[in-house]
Amino acid sequence: MATKADTRLTVGKTISYALVALWLIIAAFPFFWTFWGSFKVQADFLSKADWMNALTGANTIEQTGSAFTGAGYHGAWVLEGFWQNALNTGVVVFSVVVISLTIGTLGGYALARSGFRYAFWILMAALVFRAMPHITLVSGYMLPFFEWNIWGLLPTTIIVLVAINQPFTLWMLHSFFLNIPKDLDESAMVDGCTRFQAFRHVIVPVMWPGVITTGLFSFLLAYNDFTVTAMLLSDENETIIPAINSFMGTTQVEGKIMYAVAAVVSATAPLFVLILFFQRQIVSGLTAGAVKG
Amino acid sequence: MKHRTFFWFILPTLSAMILFIFLPIISVFIQSLHIGHEQVLVVSESCGPFGCNETVAVDLEATEKLRQEAPLGQFNGLATYFNRSHLASVEVAEAWRTRQSFGSFFSEITNLPFYRALFFTATYTAIVTPLVIVLGLAIAVGVNNLHRLLKGPSIFVSLLPFLVTPLVGSLILFWMVDTDGILGASLQTLFDDPSLSLKASTALTWTMLIVYGVWHTLPFSFITFYAGLQTVPTDTLEAAQVDGATKWQRMMYVVVPHLIPLVSFVTLMLLMDNFRVFEPIVSFSAEAHATSLSWIIYNDLRESGNPLYGSAGATSIMTIIGVCILLMPVLIRIWRDFNRKAH
Repeated sequence: MATKADTRLTVGKTISYALVALWLIIAAFPFFWTFWGSFKVQADFLSKADWMNALTGANTIEQTGSAFTGAGYHGAWVLEGFWQNALNTGVVVFSVVVISLTIGTLGGYALARSGFRYAFWILMAALVFRAMPHITLVSGYMLPFFEWNIWGLLPTTIIVLVAINQPFTLWMLHSFFLNIPKDLDESAMVDGCTRFQAFRHVIVPVMWPGVITTGLFSFLLAYNDFTVTAMLLSDENETIIPAINSFMGTTQVEGKIMYAVAAVVSATAPLFVLILFFQRQIVSGLTAGAVKG
Repeated sequence: MKHRTFFWFILPTLSAMILFIFLPIISVFIQSLHIGHEQVLVVSESCGPFGCNETVAVDLEATEKLRQEAPLGQFNGLATYFNRSHLASVEVAEAWRTRQSFGSFFSEITNLPFYRALFFTATYTAIVTPLVIVLGLAIAVGVNNLHRLLKGPSIFVSLLPFLVTPLVGSLILFWMVDTDGILGASLQTLFDDPSLSLKASTALTWTMLIVYGVWHTLPFSFITFYAGLQTVPTDTLEAAQVDGATKWQRMMYVVVPHLIPLVSFVTLMLLMDNFRVFEPIVSFSAEAHATSLSWIIYNDLRESGNPLYGSAGATSIMTIIGVCILLMPVLIRIWRDFNRKAH
């Protein structure tokens, strides 16, 4: 019921709109600014003279002849071998998502259908594991991995990331499977299916929305991880996030900072696309635990 | 579900968690009880025409051999936990004994690395968490009043700072507040102080980290509250309106009470997130002014050539204990819920 009072623009409403507008600018502007600046030279991006240079690209025109330059991207991707890091990230992220969804679905299903006391304790332990900062575990990995000579390899990191991912995946899929009626798989079992067959033929076809949402968050965790990948990967196996950090250490030289800027923009682009396509799933996943209590 | 079937279903995920989460915690604990080997020293006497000299040299070969044989190092008991770079029991007691005022004791304590990190983490958490909750609620109400077509794009834009890799997000802000960046340069002009640098002073570095923290976590509270607003019962709202409640009263007495359970959920998630603040310190190179427990562990392990496993382990164990204490109220509540359901 929209009364006149609701549609009129009041002081409170104006403040509230202004706040939203301000927030949207604060949220979006840094990304726009960095994206725009990544096509300039350093003298423009970090302009000593006048920040308008970053918009117009005065120095970029002077140095390269055009207002936009791909020099930063060329430097990062080709000269610094960022493509290798991107490839590594691709391998790590894909494997982590596939493996953790596979074993997480089985585990989450079992936890949702079991009322035993130990199932509850597993969930509690998972909650504690989930809250721990990942860096606290890293020193536990490093010494044994060095001793066994498996430090620095991609498969080691993949398994570690899968394990770190499990507590979250388990909780999310567990609450998702709780929402699939029990009667569904139980009637299949009355018809003579084993538990696994019931899972395979009855549950798998209807579980995809929950699995996709969980997969998105597995992806984000693996893609955004810095602690594990920075400490457990050797230089040639580095993924993009630690690579950007090592860029920062070596880019005090004039001009090279643009490599890092270009790398940062390249690392943000996949996330941008992800949000573009999966906004609804991400929002529902974020609030899944909250709204239901 | 039978015990047997349950076992086979849970086996892969459980073994992954035991092998790579539970056992590493044990390993961290054992490491924290040990300390790296001291270098093996050899004393050689060389005699010349002017008498004999004793020279002390490091026997690299023997040191290396010792490290090979016992990579863990020597057993050190709990000593690492109480040394100067951790709980610093001796220094704290000393500072307490010689204190002139509480303030001087406090500043003495916050010079010790562990307490310095703890103090920053606590300040950061205490400022970011309430700010994010209040602002998140305000923005959620604002977006909820927007036109239908504007809601989707607003949420899209808001998600960006939250989902961006923390290291990358803080780098983006870092370049903007650089003395040559747009924000840093603008602030210099605004305050008419060409030497103003956000990176040079402790207070400004902390402000910068806190601003980043709000920017990064605000979307989470906003989205959660926004989702909560969709479930506010319209009947109650209309009833309040019929009874003559103003907009503000409806907000305070209907909407906010409805969202209270969400506030506790958001607070918990934010506490856990803020407690592990780490990447922005690396990105901003802020370690001279602000450190956190996670950063101390990272720094110990980064010690080139010879990571300080014992020291990192001790900090890790104390961090884990801290997380467990923070989590205790939630665990107790879930446990009660479970028991109520079971009976």
